[in-house]
Amino acid sequence: MRYLLMISAEETEDDSPDPLPGTALATPDPTGQLERRRAEGVAAFTAWLDDLMARGVLRAHEGLWPSRTATTVRVRGDQVLLTDGPYIEAKEQIGGFALIEVEDLDEAIEVAACHPACAWGQVEVRPLREL
Amino acid sequence: MNELADVVTEVFHREWARLVATLIGSAGDWDLAQECAQEAFTQAWRTWHRDGVPDRPGAWLLTTARRRMLDRLRRDRVGETKLAEIAALGDALSDPASDESTDDVPDDRLRLIYTCCHPALAFEAQVALALRTLAGLTTSEIARAFGVAEQTMGKRLVRAQSKIRDASIPYRVPPAHLLPERTAAVLGVVYLMFNEGYVATSGPELHRPTLAAEALRLAALVVELMPDDPEARGLHALLLFHQARAGARTDPAGALVPLDEQDRSRWDHTLIDQGLDQLQHARRRGQLGPFQLQAMIAACHVIAARPEDTDTAQVLALYDALLARAPSLTVELNRAVAVARHSGPEAGLAALDDLERRGDASARSHLLPAVRADLLRRAGHLADAARAYRTAVEQATNDIERAYLQRRMASLD
Repeated sequence: MRYLLMISAEETEDDSPDPLPGTALATPDPTGQLERRRAEGVAAFTAWLDDLMARGVLRAHEGLWPSRTATTVRVRGDQVLLTDGPYIEAKEQIGGFALIEVEDLDEAIEVAACHPACAWGQVEVRPLREL
Repeated sequence: MNELADVVTEVFHREWARLVATLIGSAGDWDLAQECAQEAFTQAWRTWHRDGVPDRPGAWLLTTARRRMLDRLRRDRVGETKLAEIAALGDALSDPASDESTDDVPDDRLRLIYTCCHPALAFEAQVALALRTLAGLTTSEIARAFGVAEQTMGKRLVRAQSKIRDASIPYRVPPAHLLPERTAAVLGVVYLMFNEGYVATSGPELHRPTLAAEALRLAALVVELMPDDPEARGLHALLLFHQARAGARTDPAGALVPLDEQDRSRWDHTLIDQGLDQLQHARRRGQLGPFQLQAMIAACHVIAARPEDTDTAQVLALYDALLARAPSLTVELNRAVAVARHSGPEAGLAALDDLERRGDASARSHLLPAVRADLLRRAGHLADAARAYRTAVEQATNDIERAYLQRRMASLD
């Protein structure tokens, strides 16, 4: 079974930190505490990814730019309508996704629960409609 | 005729869950499994009336249900492999030369229980599924037990079953590393099902007897399937003690009677003895858990001939142990009541104050003002008691509980 893991978390006003590591922090960090925490996050995330790669479970994995970069497209009649921003305005926004292939929902939940973003955001697990 | 009805009812209670569980295990289709099981019982009713009850009713039912399933699947042109699987399942059982009884068939009920109580399903869905597939209640019976429309319950069941199918919730006993957590979830579902039956969260009736009785039956089944789990036995004991007192909790007019004023001769001592027996079995494993502790507390109450014979020191010690393992507002409140029983209402009030100061007990429950009101009344602070009763009445959601609180409030004057 394939599952899409949609990783989401709260986006702060200055749209950092990114729910996925890799984006620089704008917050001042004189003690280096935030930087340390970020480094820990990166390490946890890398461990998660490496484990999935080693098990051959991961089909795709990407991080996204924050929702301020989103464009929502609708076609009504013959008009293409664009909205600046995500299709749902919410504090919590999707920051990345992973496509995994595992035996069943229990395994998918285990993979999702090990994603570091679960600690501050959440991961929605959705089965793919296999034809 | 009536005799046959009794036999069929008895066989239904004994075999329904096993039949459905086995059929789901072979075809993987929950809906079809239940329909075919239902049809097998309808068929049994006709055939047994004419030919008498077969020696192995369980095997007869499975063979009949399997034939229905094969017919249905052939009609729907299902792949040959699956048909062969289901056919093989029937042969092993219906072969008259085989002297294996249905008891030797691998028991799929455990898989069914764990799947129904999968934490990826909403609690309401878990209970509904358990009542349908394990207890064999019809959709309309479950709807009535919950006080919702049949259509609402039907949708809930369909949704739960399609999630199991589409999201691939595995039909199995969880692997070792998930087992403790998932077993706790199963016990939790049975416990909450009983609670909802014992004190309905809303509506005119205090009690939803169907839910409580089915939860008790499920608790017994869980013990049968997990005989080595002391918490399963603890849960069963706890529910037996509660159920034993169910009849004495209301007076003939349907009004609530508190524990200390209940007519103890109306308690069901057969159930109490069964509970004590289960508890003794559980304790032998030497692994204490929250359900065993709650059962031990309930045991202190049910073995006391009169309220004043209750070992209140023991009750309090057990609450302390319970609080250390499974802290919750309900346990804290009950502990305050236990303090009052042991050391008087003023001490109980002090425990409540302490609980409120710590701030975790907000307006979430009408029980807090209700307990406070009761203790204030006993301590003789009547004006404060009246105020607390008023708050409790405003927050109560069950009509009978509300009526009880209003009566207490009126008796202060």
